Amino acid sequence: MKKERMENAPLLKVEDLSVSFHMYDKGLEQYDLKVISNLSLDVKPGEIVAIAGSSGSGKSLLAHAVVGILPENARLTGSITYKGEILDQKKKEAFRGTRIALVPQSIAYLDPLMKVGKQVTGGDRGKEAEISKKEIFKRFHLDEKIEKYYPFQLSGGMARRVLVSTAVISDASLIIADEPTPGLDLEMALEALKVFRELADEGKAVVLITHDIDLAFHIADRIAVFYAGTTVEMAKAEDFLEGAGKLRHPYSKALWQALPQNGFRPIPGFQPYARYLPKGCLFSPRCPHKTKECENDIPMSEIRGGYVRCIHAT
Amino acid sequence: MRLEARNLGFCYAGGPWILKDVNFSMEEGERVGLVGPSGYGKSTLVKLLAGYLEPCEGEILLDGKPMEKKGVCPVQLICQHPEKAINPRWKMKKVLEESGMYREEVLEALGIEEEWLERYPRELSGGELQRFCVARSLFGGTHFLLADEMSTMLDVITQAQIWNLMLREVEKRKIGLLAVTHNMALADCVCTRTINLAQVNHIKCAEESGCKNGCEYGTV
Repeated sequence: MKKERMENAPLLKVEDLSVSFHMYDKGLEQYDLKVISNLSLDVKPGEIVAIAGSSGSGKSLLAHAVVGILPENARLTGSITYKGEILDQKKKEAFRGTRIALVPQSIAYLDPLMKVGKQVTGGDRGKEAEISKKEIFKRFHLDEKIEKYYPFQLSGGMARRVLVSTAVISDASLIIADEPTPGLDLEMALEALKVFRELADEGKAVVLITHDIDLAFHIADRIAVFYAGTTVEMAKAEDFLEGAGKLRHPYSKALWQALPQNGFRPIPGFQPYARYLPKGCLFSPRCPHKTKECENDIPMSEIRGGYVRCIHAT
Repeated sequence: MRLEARNLGFCYAGGPWILKDVNFSMEEGERVGLVGPSGYGKSTLVKLLAGYLEPCEGEILLDGKPMEKKGVCPVQLICQHPEKAINPRWKMKKVLEESGMYREEVLEALGIEEEWLERYPRELSGGELQRFCVARSLFGGTHFLLADEMSTMLDVITQAQIWNLMLREVEKRKIGLLAVTHNMALADCVCTRTINLAQVNHIKCAEESGCKNGCEYGTV
């Protein structure tokens, strides 16, 4: 399934990205809410990078930042490059839908007033789009009839497959799939992931944001673990298949152990709210290994062939 | 209490049957997993059971009697997509107040942070919103809880947290739980028995949906 790829230049490179929202407090008081801080990520052609992590850790925001659909009160620092080119808002608008495709997280992103068939081809009435639409519908076991349906007539799982289809048949060389599998039964979810794997093997780059991490371990090349708006670990997918012992960051280990098949044991506590982030390591309030040094800035460091943001990792 | 569906049939106007001759029952205190392929009517079934849809055929009974149309419904549904289940123009505090669940212990049990209460639904993540949906469904009069894929939007730690909290509450109050899920590992952990809708739903899907090669996903 996975092929060894030559080391080549990343297609998408996110470096030191921070995103903050300018918010109003009481009356005219204003403040900046930093929701993503010092986040780095890169994806090479032919590769699937899966992003796992807590809800509200900025996974979707990263996707929205790359295609430039953040709300107006968002402020970005750091850089996002596509094939070495810095993506500014103008370029993002030009590239999205053509070179960069997004599978949005919510099925509410489907246009409620447009028939499904037209949404999938993006209004492109060309023959090729028609053929690839038919093909992908067949793979996803979607009846041809549903092309004439409106989104509200679909079940959750069907709408999800329609959303995935729209991105898959575009010519984009970078696909960002934000939770493409909820609502799908195992067979369908695996089929959707297989489609992404094939696209990657054709030389496209795929960013797969998902909570179905047990599935992602099998299909992705690398896994990035997000927590509270930053990357805490970046490692080969094989490490996650091996088990908690192979992982580096305590949060990654906790994720692994919370899976129903691995014990269903959650660690206590919550991810800190963006406005009141702890000093230094963002995971420290929940971490069993916390020491005084954890209050300093923690850089990413390389350990056993992966990257981790923890000074106690071995 | 006993929640029962007798010879249930449902279709949208002019459409093919989605559910046909479905018989189902569960007791209070039971934890049942509802599984089956996507598009097979799992969500439709729980919507019928919770009274969000009217069946075309058959009946839904609580202790042998049809459900009261007025007052607090003892069967509560937690939806698949929390962003579509919450009034987008209300702040989260109002959402909780509406159901009378704006209480300290509820917030704590489900990990709802004070700051979230002053925000609008669009300012919260799917996982954060789902906690509110669980919270507002757990009021005193609830006897059956239907969870339609309620945890697929959550990270696995939050999933395990919410399920563990919910199971504790469900066990303490002897609530009946019907959980729709695609995750068999989760169903094994949470449920005492599972029902496959493909086996109890008697639509002849291949013929009625017009899917020629008889694939089981052809249903619409």
